[in-house]
Amino acid sequence: MNGRQIGDVILDLQNISLRFGGVKALTNISFDVREHEIRAIIGPNGAGKSSMLNVINGVYHPQEGRIAFHGEERRRMEPHMAAMQGISRTFQNIALFKGMTVLDNIMTGRITKMKANFIEQAFYFGRARREELEHRKKVEEVIDFLEIQHIRKTPVGRLPYGLQKRVELGRALAAEPTMLLLDEPMAGMNVEEKQDMCRFILDVNDQFGTTIVLIEHDMGVIMDISDRVVVLDYGKKIGDGTPDEVRNNEEVIRAYLGVGH
Amino acid sequence: MLYREAGQFKASYGADQQIFPIRQDRIGIMIVLAIAFIAVPMLASEYWLKGILIQFLVFSCAALGLNILTGYAGQLSLGSAAFMAVGAFASYNFMLRIDGMPLLVAFVLGGLAAAFVGILFGLPSLRIKGFYLAVATLAAQFFIVWLLTKVSWFSNDSSSGVITAQEMVIFGYKFVTPESKYLLVLSVVTALALMAKNMVRGSVGRAWMAVRDMDVAAEVIGIRIMHTKLLAFAVSSFYCGVAGALYAYAYLGTVEPEGFNLDLSFKILFMIIIGGVGSISGAFLGPPSSSCCRFSWM
Amino acid sequence: MQFFLEVLIGGLLSGVMYSFVALGFVLIYKASGVFNFAQGAMVFFAALTFVGILELGVPFWLALVLAFGAMVILGIATERIVLRPLVNQPPIALFMATIGLTFFIEGLAQAMWGASVRGLDLGIQDEPIEWILQATDIGVSKFDLFAAGVAAVLVTALALFFQYTRIGRALRAVADDHQAALSIGIPLQTIWRIVWAVAGFVALVAGLIWGARNGVSFSLTFTALKALPVLILGGFTSVPGAIVGGLIIGSTEKLAEVYLGGYVGGGTDSWFPYVMALAFLLVRPEGLFGEKHIDRV
Repeated sequence: MNGRQIGDVILDLQNISLRFGGVKALTNISFDVREHEIRAIIGPNGAGKSSMLNVINGVYHPQEGRIAFHGEERRRMEPHMAAMQGISRTFQNIALFKGMTVLDNIMTGRITKMKANFIEQAFYFGRARREELEHRKKVEEVIDFLEIQHIRKTPVGRLPYGLQKRVELGRALAAEPTMLLLDEPMAGMNVEEKQDMCRFILDVNDQFGTTIVLIEHDMGVIMDISDRVVVLDYGKKIGDGTPDEVRNNEEVIRAYLGVGH
Repeated sequence: MLYREAGQFKASYGADQQIFPIRQDRIGIMIVLAIAFIAVPMLASEYWLKGILIQFLVFSCAALGLNILTGYAGQLSLGSAAFMAVGAFASYNFMLRIDGMPLLVAFVLGGLAAAFVGILFGLPSLRIKGFYLAVATLAAQFFIVWLLTKVSWFSNDSSSGVITAQEMVIFGYKFVTPESKYLLVLSVVTALALMAKNMVRGSVGRAWMAVRDMDVAAEVIGIRIMHTKLLAFAVSSFYCGVAGALYAYAYLGTVEPEGFNLDLSFKILFMIIIGGVGSISGAFLGPPSSSCCRFSWM
Repeated sequence: MQFFLEVLIGGLLSGVMYSFVALGFVLIYKASGVFNFAQGAMVFFAALTFVGILELGVPFWLALVLAFGAMVILGIATERIVLRPLVNQPPIALFMATIGLTFFIEGLAQAMWGASVRGLDLGIQDEPIEWILQATDIGVSKFDLFAAGVAAVLVTALALFFQYTRIGRALRAVADDHQAALSIGIPLQTIWRIVWAVAGFVALVAGLIWGARNGVSFSLTFTALKALPVLILGGFTSVPGAIVGGLIIGSTEKLAEVYLGGYVGGGTDSWFPYVMALAFLLVRPEGLFGEKHIDRV
């Protein structure tokens, strides 16, 4: 459907289990993500979708299982290391820095790429100054891409929900990630906003070749834009395949889509 | 009428990213600095210089420090006065024990000593937040004042820990008159304020604010929480430490550890609240207004 | 060994007094999310008011009622004048307001009743209980034991009040979620007033016991500072935490002063509770009775 070429497996999850005390959030889940693809995770509320993303970028540490990113197996991931390795994400309940402007929020997305230390910055001299301007330019590209030039200097707390979601995507994109984790990017949006968001996601995937892992409840969207779908229910994997395969999977229909589809 | 941003177009990112992007701000700062550096020393009386302006500048410096920690990095601290004490006593000891120690270097070293202590007492911030942390910083407040009182080495074995600041000499020039002391303090504080402004608008400042606004998201973006918080404690304590040194050398002359008590910490906290949490210029608006409406208890 | 036990028991019982002050903090924090720094000042105010009324020749019980009345008025006035205009402000602004309130209450109390140090006699002597001293050779103060008894009664009464009355249930609802409580028709401001009044009552009890033990003077306000480490130890929202935290702080503080104080020149009690609470938090950040918090994103 797009001009991009789906490549090899870049993220491989094997037998992941995650518990909080006695509560099993994820049980023995395995799946993989291929380069440049759009991979969707679906499932009813409480199925463990967000926990899955949190495992991928190191917010949660699974008790069992192996994770390999770019073929490199990791023992224990910390979130900032995931960011360093090119994994960005957005959150289900917007996690922007409310007191900062749109510009500053997106600038924080480039923080791992800024090398000047605080003393250089205190004097705003040499490398510090050069970096600020260089990264500002990159950030402006993101702002142009997402069409949010008009709110560049607005504190994000004042923006409507839909725009906040877009700014959050911008912050993730500013890091130029190889893999983008999106946690319900279209929740609570109206049809037009959803269409815009879909367009941005497809454009990111198409233009930059970014691999996308996406959680979404809107089945129409999932069927349209994703290449492969994982279905979770009660922390277990009950389906995995192309949208068509998943749609026809008996267990998935029973657990999630409901009878009658 | 006069303060309008409209019509000021920036043609480059450099122009848009400068320290004061709005023309009126630039002019305003120039005027304020001109008044502070030229008009005030010529016109102000000795009482004003000694009693009010120097004190105001010293407190502004401490308020700057606290504002970096509380306003920008979101870590509430009730121990600012203790870090001032560390700065004052460390500077005193560097001057006392090292021959030919230049004054400004002693101030910087005093600030660094305070920064080091600040990092130590900032460590709990990695595990606890909010009011729990605020209460924890009281540990610094009480422990440091107690230590400086009990260990007489810090005050060169004087009774009850009182220190008398050495004469201030830079390149052979003695700062004795109120005017000269005022100008010295003003220069130090102006430099520190500009540096603070530069830090908070750069990536360090953004990292601080990100941690303040939402630490989980900050970490996911790639900000190292520990590094960022401890840096805020260090920089903040450095400012407080230098303020403490100035307080001892340029304002009081003679000071005891009890002079840096909890009330002083509260006073600095009041200043940043009144002046504006999360604003560098607020650090300069706070002290005069909180001194003006001075209550009987202050 | 006997000496150790005596110090330990003395510390535990004086810890009860910290618990009193901490209890007032917890009540207000739970119900309104306000970190009420003025609780110590309220203790001072209560004790001074009570002694002041007593000196006018009013009988003991009437003075108690009048002082309680004064605390209720103070609490309600605080809610009305200081906190209501600050609704929806960041917690730090409210906290600062209560610091300001501290100074105000201290000033008000002294303006009303004068600043001189007074004694307060509750009719119970601070002397070792005879038969325990004879049986075990350990001195346990009658007064301390009395204070512990009062604490036990007070905590039981509060627990019953919160658990079984309509107001108590409303209060727990408010503590859990202000907006939800408001939306089902719980009058938030009434509840807050009640909480401030109850906190005032706890302050009065604390003030009487502290005052009887150490005299009613300005130094009572410093007890508030002792209650703060109790709070971080026990958790801001836990009533049992306040009690147990007080006991731990009281006993370790005494033990440290007796056994370590000598080596470092004494005066450790100003900071030891804080360092102790801090060390504890580094091991268990959620406090004694807090639940482990998992960040959901």
